[in-house]
Amino acid sequence: MLLLVTGIGALIHIYSLGYMRDDEGKSRYFAALSLFMFAMLGIVLANNFVMLFIFWELVGFTSYVMIGHWFERAAAADAAKKAFLTNRVGDFGFMLGILMIWMPTGSIIFGDIVPQISKVTVNPGYLAITALLIFCGAAAKSAQFPLHVWLPDAMEGPTPVSALIHAATMVAAGVYMLVRVAFVIQASQDALLVIAWIGTITAAMSALIATQQDDIKRILAYSTLSQLGYMVMAVGLASNEAAMFHLFTHAFFKALLFLGAGCIIVMLHHEQNIWKMGGLARNLPITFLASAVGALALIGCPPFSGFFSKDAILALAYARNTPIFLLALFTALLTAFYVARLFIVVFLGKPRTPVAKSSDEAPFVMTTPLIILAILSAVSGFGFFAQQFLVIPHEKEVVIWVPALALSAVILGIGSAAVLYRNQTSEPFDIELLRQRFYIDEFYGWFIDSTQGLLARLTGFCDRWVIDAGAVRGVSGGTWGFGALLRLIQVGNLQAYSFLFGLGIVLLIYFTIFR
Amino acid sequence: MLLLIIFTPIVAALLIMAGAPARRTALLASIFNLCLSLLVLAAFDASSRGFRFVSSFPIFPDWQLNFTVGLDGLSLIMLLLATIVTLASVWFTDKIDNYERAFYACLLFISGGAIGAFASLDLFFFYAFHELALIPTFLLIGIWGSGNRSAAAWKITIYLAIGSFILLLGLILLYQSIPAGARTFDMRALKTAASQIPPDAQRNIYLLLLLGFGVLVALFPFHTWAPEAYASAPAPAAMLHAGVLKKFGLYGLLRLAIPLVPAGAQYWTGLLVVLLLGNITYIGFVTIAQKRLDWMLGYSSVMHMGYIFLGFASANLLGTTGAAVLMFAHGLSIALLFAIAGELRKRTGTLVLEDLGGLGKVMPFAGLAFGLGAFAAIGLPGFANFAAEIMVFFGAFQRGWEMDRFHCFQIATVLGLWGIVISAVYMLRAYRSAFMGPIPDRWKDVVDLRGSLRVPVTLLVAAMLWFGFFPQSFVRLVSPAFRTYFSASQPR
Repeated sequence: MLLLVTGIGALIHIYSLGYMRDDEGKSRYFAALSLFMFAMLGIVLANNFVMLFIFWELVGFTSYVMIGHWFERAAAADAAKKAFLTNRVGDFGFMLGILMIWMPTGSIIFGDIVPQISKVTVNPGYLAITALLIFCGAAAKSAQFPLHVWLPDAMEGPTPVSALIHAATMVAAGVYMLVRVAFVIQASQDALLVIAWIGTITAAMSALIATQQDDIKRILAYSTLSQLGYMVMAVGLASNEAAMFHLFTHAFFKALLFLGAGCIIVMLHHEQNIWKMGGLARNLPITFLASAVGALALIGCPPFSGFFSKDAILALAYARNTPIFLLALFTALLTAFYVARLFIVVFLGKPRTPVAKSSDEAPFVMTTPLIILAILSAVSGFGFFAQQFLVIPHEKEVVIWVPALALSAVILGIGSAAVLYRNQTSEPFDIELLRQRFYIDEFYGWFIDSTQGLLARLTGFCDRWVIDAGAVRGVSGGTWGFGALLRLIQVGNLQAYSFLFGLGIVLLIYFTIFR
Repeated sequence: MLLLIIFTPIVAALLIMAGAPARRTALLASIFNLCLSLLVLAAFDASSRGFRFVSSFPIFPDWQLNFTVGLDGLSLIMLLLATIVTLASVWFTDKIDNYERAFYACLLFISGGAIGAFASLDLFFFYAFHELALIPTFLLIGIWGSGNRSAAAWKITIYLAIGSFILLLGLILLYQSIPAGARTFDMRALKTAASQIPPDAQRNIYLLLLLGFGVLVALFPFHTWAPEAYASAPAPAAMLHAGVLKKFGLYGLLRLAIPLVPAGAQYWTGLLVVLLLGNITYIGFVTIAQKRLDWMLGYSSVMHMGYIFLGFASANLLGTTGAAVLMFAHGLSIALLFAIAGELRKRTGTLVLEDLGGLGKVMPFAGLAFGLGAFAAIGLPGFANFAAEIMVFFGAFQRGWEMDRFHCFQIATVLGLWGIVISAVYMLRAYRSAFMGPIPDRWKDVVDLRGSLRVPVTLLVAAMLWFGFFPQSFVRLVSPAFRTYFSASQPR
């Protein structure tokens, strides 16, 4: 993981030199990028919950800064805010989980908790809640349903950032964290089941959404969600090895795809709509070839890395949970479908706009990282390479028809996309539900407005008119009124005073004698 | 040395009134004072218990009334906070059109009063110094404030006067409850003397102290003076009051109420928890509803008091230490935020969030500074606030913990953690509307903070970061003071 972060981080720094060449906020950009590297390495190296949490928050902060890099764009500013707040919600659960694991075990250091874990497992309900709260943090960072909404919007940031933070490393930190604290998660079967299903739902749902998006980066973002769903699914199926293996290969090919997309975006003068591209294979040959490697790895085509890691997860699902396996297989089909759609529309066919026609290959600093990542994406699935870095999962009994089914799903996906999208100039389908991303953002907007917004208005009103105007001014008004009453007595008239004096004496006598 | 720190601002204020050049004298005095307090910090021996730098002068020997000052770790960090924020607020004071001398003199009087109160070891002077600091606050709001300033000034005057009065009642009751032979104004001797107070009396005393100090700290529901006063006050006054003077109430609770009448503190824990949750959740939502930056900041500072109270209520070393660190950290961050808000008002003439926007483009430095302050306030790791809040949470969560079910303190912790989400909501919202987004044409010519104004900002940020990265340098100072509190009756 460490080498992954530093390796991809270095490539992205180089790439950024080209991508951000003309940006005014260049110094801010590179400062934040370096801060991100610091925080990310902190996550990887942390040996206790609090350090993990500190760096966890810091990557969230740098992510905020990077998404909001072009802060004068309203969309970027909103996306940054949304990302940070969604992560805060996750961190709320994470922190609570940390507190809950700390109290019984008396420690926050991973190594010290492990021998103490039996103190938590005596209460399965408590354990499940703790595990799920910790997972809540991971779900926000790794953008799992229902906290996934920030990641597609995060694509408002510069593309290298999307590649590094929002595809290869930071979003994978959630999965990494789950693997790191597996001693808690795997102790609870209930929690594992929930986690596996959340991963599966995320994978299938975002793959569906990805088939109907037009923005090249958003398609890749939903694809990232979907792949993260696979990893979380693997965690939920209690296989750290499979999760880490997919994380490892995914980091390479998704960074590659994003950087490829970045080349296209820059060369097309910041055009991100795939329907305004087309025929780019001729003009950007290196980008095309490198992206092709990435795409094949993503859909899980045999010699490339994604095949091996995805197959490991599919085999795992096949062995442990059949409904999840079927959904995962369906997601694989969808993945092949939307990737093929993206490819056909962007690289093949005829250029649909003049700028796409006159585009040119990206500069050297941008293509070199592409080539390196393409090589890594191609080979990182092979045992001889990956074994240097992590443990390759081995299923006990090899079921030959899991990869066979996966392959046929891939071929089916590619085939249908090829048939449907060949020579199309605009989207032939219009599935509103998918286009609008299942209306989840709208629902959240409504939900937040109707709960938090309502509460805020209510309390704001209450504070202004009940506590301040009512109670405080009431007391002060009462004091005024009482003062005014007293003032009535001070009429400055001798007869009145003598009358009051007499009244007082009479009352005094009454109280002292007759009572 | 300590006497020098207390009287430097007061003497400087008198000199300014007498005709010394206002700004220069004030700046010199506050720089001098900051250096002195850093020297004290360097010379302070954290390992020893009890008070250092003690000096005492008899005033009324018959009543054992002495002018006694001294420092322990807790008062030392408050002193440091006071001198840092004083320097920043004096520096941020810019051209004052009328009665310039009086303005600077008021600031220095607040500073001197606050420092005096933190350093006093004598009940009488502890109270008197605080009153000395309060009066200039009213003047600053009433004369140099903005908006509906006279209403705000009257409100804070009456409100805080009532608070001080309740506090005075509590102190008198405390004094009276001690058997006649042992009565003393000396805080060091009070600890043993107060142990003779019967539990019933302790309850009454604690309630009065809690309410009295609570009003001064804007404990829910006695908070409505705070946002209005801070919105109307000139920025340096808001910085000093929200940053330093408001901490007097918290300091008083820590110094007097919790150690002297522990049975009362124990008895009223439930009430305190309810009220502080009012601060955190209720005020949190009120803060979200605010439409002006200054009101938002005012409410947010009220809200964050809830976390400090939560630390107190947890009644263990961890939580209380966290609360003390948070007093310091919050003072720095809120001072920075009010300073930048004041600069925004000076430059744009408005603090209505809807009217602002895109200012990060023309004021990158102010945007950075406000961003750092905002992220510190919402507890980003690396700032002192985070270190403090996490201690408070760990402290509060552990009180009365059981595996089978959550009790009052666990629920309070959960709500408190959710409050952190709430605070992120309003801070980021405000930041988004003020500094991000497209810039309207009318703000195209706004200028950023000039060179010299960047110094106090840097000072505040540096302090926040230093204690964020090295919170142990703080904990080392503060915890010996608290260890004595909880040695006898450590509740689990």
